Amino acid sequence: MTTTQLPLLSMLIWTPIIGGIWALIAGDRQEQTVKYFSLAVSVITFVFSVMLYLNFDTGTASMQFVEQVPWISAFDIQYYLGIDGIALPLILLTSFTTILVILAAWEVIEKHISYYMSAFLILTGLMNGVFAALDAILFYVFWEAMLIPMFIIIGIWGGPNRVYATIKFFLYTFLGSVFMLVAILYLYVKADSFEIEMMHSVPLSLLAQQFIFIAFFLAFAVKIPMWPVHTWLPDAHVEAPTGGSVVLAAIMLKMGGYGFLRFSLPVTPDASLYFDDFMIVLSLVAVVYIGFVALVQEDMKKLIAYSSISHMGFVTLGFFIPFSIVANTGQLSGAIMGVEGAMMQMISHGFISAAMFLCVGVMYDRLHSRMIKDYGGVVNSMPYFAAFMMLFAMANSGLPGTSGFVGEFLVILSSFQSSFWIAFFAAITLILGAAYTLWMYKRVIFGEVKREEVAELKDINGRETLILFLLAVTVLVFGLWPAPIFDVMHVTVENLINHSLQSKLL
Amino acid sequence: MSADLALAIPEITLLLMACLVLVVDAFSRDPEHKISYWLTQASLLLTLSLVLSTHTPDTQVILDNSFISDSMSTILKAFICGITFVVFLYSFEYLKENKLVKGEYFVLGLFAVLGMMIMSSAYSLLSVYLGLELLSLSMYAMVAMNRESPAASEAAMKYFILGALASGMLLYGISMVYGLTGSIQLSVIADTVSSGAVNSSFVVFGMIFMIIGIAFKLGAAPFHMWVPDVYQGAPTSVTLFISTAPKLAAFAMAIRILVDGLLPLVEDWQAILAILAVLSMAIGNIVAISQTNIKRMLAYSTIAHVGFLFLGLIAGTESGFAGSMFYIISYAMMSMGAFGMIILLGRYEFEAENLEDFKGLSERSPWYAFIMMCLMFSMAGIPPFLGFWSKWFVLKELVSSGFVALAAIAVVFSIIGAYYYLRIIKLMYFDKPETMTAIKATKQMRVVLTANGLLIIVLGLLPNSLMSICIAAFQGI
Repeated sequence: MTTTQLPLLSMLIWTPIIGGIWALIAGDRQEQTVKYFSLAVSVITFVFSVMLYLNFDTGTASMQFVEQVPWISAFDIQYYLGIDGIALPLILLTSFTTILVILAAWEVIEKHISYYMSAFLILTGLMNGVFAALDAILFYVFWEAMLIPMFIIIGIWGGPNRVYATIKFFLYTFLGSVFMLVAILYLYVKADSFEIEMMHSVPLSLLAQQFIFIAFFLAFAVKIPMWPVHTWLPDAHVEAPTGGSVVLAAIMLKMGGYGFLRFSLPVTPDASLYFDDFMIVLSLVAVVYIGFVALVQEDMKKLIAYSSISHMGFVTLGFFIPFSIVANTGQLSGAIMGVEGAMMQMISHGFISAAMFLCVGVMYDRLHSRMIKDYGGVVNSMPYFAAFMMLFAMANSGLPGTSGFVGEFLVILSSFQSSFWIAFFAAITLILGAAYTLWMYKRVIFGEVKREEVAELKDINGRETLILFLLAVTVLVFGLWPAPIFDVMHVTVENLINHSLQSKLL
Repeated sequence: MSADLALAIPEITLLLMACLVLVVDAFSRDPEHKISYWLTQASLLLTLSLVLSTHTPDTQVILDNSFISDSMSTILKAFICGITFVVFLYSFEYLKENKLVKGEYFVLGLFAVLGMMIMSSAYSLLSVYLGLELLSLSMYAMVAMNRESPAASEAAMKYFILGALASGMLLYGISMVYGLTGSIQLSVIADTVSSGAVNSSFVVFGMIFMIIGIAFKLGAAPFHMWVPDVYQGAPTSVTLFISTAPKLAAFAMAIRILVDGLLPLVEDWQAILAILAVLSMAIGNIVAISQTNIKRMLAYSTIAHVGFLFLGLIAGTESGFAGSMFYIISYAMMSMGAFGMIILLGRYEFEAENLEDFKGLSERSPWYAFIMMCLMFSMAGIPPFLGFWSKWFVLKELVSSGFVALAAIAVVFSIIGAYYYLRIIKLMYFDKPETMTAIKATKQMRVVLTANGLLIIVLGLLPNSLMSICIAAFQGI
């Protein structure tokens, strides 16, 4: 059996889930074993995802590694998996982040660490499932099931206000997704199939498309999150343990973006065109207004959370700018560039936000505070750490040479083809992003040492160095040489844009 | 015995067994009534096997058109026997712990099951009514079983008075329909109404009263007033019973009257049920939030679930009815687990009925906290648990029949409902325990509860078999 015949996607989903269940059963009695076991499982999962990448055919837009087995035959629901160029980078990102999260928890989590590991492993499997599912009901099951481990993670290992934050997180995302369920059921009636690809091709009236678009919008806009339905995110981030914040920012937010590409654009192209301006305006509000909100935050995690929302504004801008570009210029290349830039922004934000949250986690583990004012002069006691954080702060503000630059640049460039003013407002992020990130960096890392505790800080240990080093390498590599990601997704994005620009009105 | 009666062998056997238990128990000196218990369980299993073995694929009507044997009746009867069997497994532990074991409990339970089976097979309004009364009278007595408890007596009184009122309504409706159509046989009523020989608006008038009777028995708003009081006041084992098998029977009654008898008036009853459904979901989910007693909270949650159950009937198609049936069966399974958990946590003279009693359960017993978590997520309708599929099934049929707006309203209420289920998980997992008293439960209790929890997970991952069974129940009506 060659590697291409292995059910790699199933392995990516079930290895971590089964590993997580084992960790749950093993429980607190065998903490050390569980820790090494979880690390092994996450590394194996990552190896599977690399095998996926190596065997991926970049020349086709059709689904690859397809697995199709009847699941609920009474309703023709299938266990139907497959990936294209949009899903593959996100799966790689997911399995990569899991290793970091497991490593980051190593000595830090004191309460029930095996349950913690178990929750993250199960979560990884479910998230891979979301990106790989091609049956709408299977997708929905993964999408909702994912809330359970995250709810538990924030609720058990979170900060003082964790109960409020986690219930808000759960209900907010649940609110969005149930409408998506109704939309999926409606599409089933029209397409007579739960296969997502069949839903892409079913013709629909404009009114139906508009309702479906709004239903999907509720699900994905809450998840990504877009202004004004973003308010759960700062709360969830602040209260979540470091690992929870990392997964939330690096992967869960991306599901919203993935959903727009997988459902909204291809299923309701005419409604997407109809709501185009609306989406662009919301994206710009997120970029500019939330950028200002980030500026005044006093809590580092909150600041990064708002910065995430602002960066995600770029993603939605990139996804919805194509309609306006094609309307203005009739050219596809700019449109493709916008979507690819947004995709790149999602991947890069996955690395950078993970790194930023881990940096805050490193400091929090030592001083148990996330407040900017409690720090100052950290560079004196933690020089290596300061150097790493410098790189990530620069990447967060979109410095050329880091991965943060590539996506933002492409999106701004493509929005010029639509309208100068869209590009103008989008470009404000370059100033704002630099302002809030670097100002925070300055206040935390530089300056006089105001508190004794800061002077006594120990620099990062080997484990923390390894985590930050891995992320630093990724941020630089994809900043200097983003081609591998573009190669993977180019054909798929092109196909998607072509599809989304064709009206499918009845 | 005529060949006709062969189809009613399960009911006849159950009746004989119930009488046997009654007689045997009268001579039993055992304070724990073990013999009666085992005889009861044996007769349930015997009836279950007879139900399955006497089943024939064709629909047959016997006893002067008042008793029907079809796929739906077989499947419902099988589930009623099976669920009651598990309910008695739980109950016996509870009764022993609280020193409430009485032989009458089992006898009344068996008579109630007989009533439910008759309701499932009823094909005339008279047999519907007889089955219903047999069930209800047994239930009233069971609620009042604990003589020492004022709450139980109060609950039984309320249940009895309101139940009698509802039966009166039902009878009034029946008499109206009988007066108009000249028959109590459901098939004749259906033919007469569809032929247009009678003024259908008068039939609708009678139908409304019958729907009130159905809504009362299921506990749908605005006829839900008895539900919270009875759930709270009755001994937990009886609450467990009320919230499971009788719901299946009430569902059967709804199908028999509305579908077998009054399908020509589908548009009229759809509108009525839609109002009942939305009211039930609203009142159930919103009022449940403010409850501090978990039995009361689950009572309001039942009301909300009944609202969802109606949605499948509103769809008005065979698969819509199948969706409702799937809903009620999975609800019974989840409800069994949830009340089983209350029994597990309780001790002699201590009912774990306050939400506070669940605080920090994950520290005291990780495994049972996990099962309770699965049950709560399942009731909230989160995949991959069984409760998700029941909501999914009903919503799908609703959307297929074109009631998209109603589906949207239903999901909004299920978000509100998610809050109070999450609160229980919060208490169990995020709060510190107030007591570290170890959970004392017999092995049988542990095994049954574990199996119940695993069933919710397994059926959540592989719901196909149960769905196919429910679909088969309604093929070709």
